[in-house]
Amino acid sequence: MNDAPFPTGQLESEPFSLPLDKLDPGQPLLFKNQEHYPYFARLRAEDPVHYTAESQFGPYWSITRYNDIMAVDSNNKVFSSAAELGGITIRDRRPEVRRESFIAMDAPRHDEQRKAVSPIVAPQNLAMMEVGIRERTIKVLESLPRGEMFNWVEKVSIELTTQMLATLFDFPFEDRRKLTYWSDVATADLAAGLVKSEEEREEILADCLTYFTRLWNERINADMRPDLISMMAHAEATRHMTPDQFLGNLILLIVGGNDTTRNSMSGGLWALSQNPDQYQKLIDNPALIDSMVPEIIRYQTPLSHMRRTALEDHEVGGKLIKKGDKVVMWYCSGNRDDSAIENPNAFIIDRKRPRQHLSFGFGIHRCVGNRLAEMQLKILWEEILKRFPKIEVHGTPKRVLSSFVHGIEELNVVIPA
Amino acid sequence: MPQVTFIEHNGTAHTVEAELGKSLMEAAVGNAVPGIDADCGGACACATCHVFVEPEWEAKTGARTEAESAMLNFAAEVKPNSRLSCQIPVTAELEGLVVRMPEGQH
Ligand code: HEM
Ligand code: FES
Repeated sequence: MNDAPFPTGQLESEPFSLPLDKLDPGQPLLFKNQEHYPYFARLRAEDPVHYTAESQFGPYWSITRYNDIMAVDSNNKVFSSAAELGGITIRDRRPEVRRESFIAMDAPRHDEQRKAVSPIVAPQNLAMMEVGIRERTIKVLESLPRGEMFNWVEKVSIELTTQMLATLFDFPFEDRRKLTYWSDVATADLAAGLVKSEEEREEILADCLTYFTRLWNERINADMRPDLISMMAHAEATRHMTPDQFLGNLILLIVGGNDTTRNSMSGGLWALSQNPDQYQKLIDNPALIDSMVPEIIRYQTPLSHMRRTALEDHEVGGKLIKKGDKVVMWYCSGNRDDSAIENPNAFIIDRKRPRQHLSFGFGIHRCVGNRLAEMQLKILWEEILKRFPKIEVHGTPKRVLSSFVHGIEELNVVIPA
Repeated sequence: MPQVTFIEHNGTAHTVEAELGKSLMEAAVGNAVPGIDADCGGACACATCHVFVEPEWEAKTGARTEAESAMLNFAAEVKPNSRLSCQIPVTAELEGLVVRMPEGQH
């Protein structure tokens, strides 16, 4: 007999009948099966700041309401993102594989490094990138099969986000799929099988570092160009990084710009297919793309959580969080909180304040790429509507085993000939 | 209610009535002034309500808070007169205030 509260591979199927203190909403399988929503609904109602004493990730706090998440996310003096305290995900990185990047740093180092890379997504640059992104999007869409079933994730979402990343890094175009692979390797849950051990992960990421180091060496001695590697190589705050820090920042940018946007491209199509009235509304009025894009990002919540570590005792929602405690902000729950968002379980493409969602985080770590991500999705949907009257979705999506990346691996579709 | 003017990056001016006690950001959003995104709804946590306060008004709009400076750090084209409009309370003294907007909020 196994007396652990959740034997591996088996889930408590009744989130409302469990004793509250046994509720462990962070189990990856819940997310893969899309069973996490009722767990969070219960927590928001009964125990919005919730402590789980035992889990596969150790003890942790869950912050489940919109306003409490906002308060934790914007209080970086008390709630640290530092890698050396465990970082930004529910799973603590083992000390020997902890790698630095500014998403997992506190001020002031975070601020310096972020400033070095953020100009690439400044409004003027975004405007410049728009033409290229549109050309690539059109090319990808024009090449899609008609009248036969294919995996949208593979042919559209991955292809487009990968091309985008290759552009941002000015990465050799023919090798671009390596970027996707490295991103997947960096975030994969070991149980999901892509990599079998931390050692294997490190070996693969060492290849990534070698490849990028070559590009770095070429560019540090060349004139400054507007790609992310040149920017890092030329900025005072980043040019003296150790190889490990360089790798950390690379992975941050690859993962940041890859998985999240990819899953929004898949999640958006899935949401529309499940809500035909909204799909019709969109077809009747393509101008709604502007408000639909943030709604897709809210509805999908591509990163289910971010994690912090408390630097001192601090009260949140009436509970005392102790110095050193792990605190998980469940964006996927805050985005379904009806005290902040009206009718939050519905996918509604013409909301009045569609950007009022937590998917990009808030505070000093708020996503650098948020407007870029929105632009990519906007272009995608504009070009889809121009050429495909309908995309038929078949079956249900295959989801990723992770309580961090909220992802879709497979979404089968047919574009009628 | 004081009248305040928001000038878009392209020069278009919007003069609106700002409710006392609310924030300048709310005056913009409530009157559908384009260019103030205010993603966080006024929590000083997104820096998408960025404005430039015309120099003659700086004394009346007050100084940045520390949290505000931390967020502004990451806005594009930050200037000495950059402020987050959600952190500027509307007072009677602001009658006639003029602020300008950056090219984009990001
Ligand atoms: C829909 C797409 C995206 C989502 C949902 C998303 C989500 C997030 C979230 C939740 C955070 C952390 C916020 C926090 O800790 O409070 C973040 C940070 C970050 N994102 Fe994104 N992201 C997306 C697209 C992108 C893109 C396209 C890029 C690439 C340019 C990017 C680059 C980054 C970086 C560099 C950070 C670290 C910021 C910091 O720590 O200061 N993201 N993102
Ligand atoms: S509205 Fe978010 S900082 Fe002002």
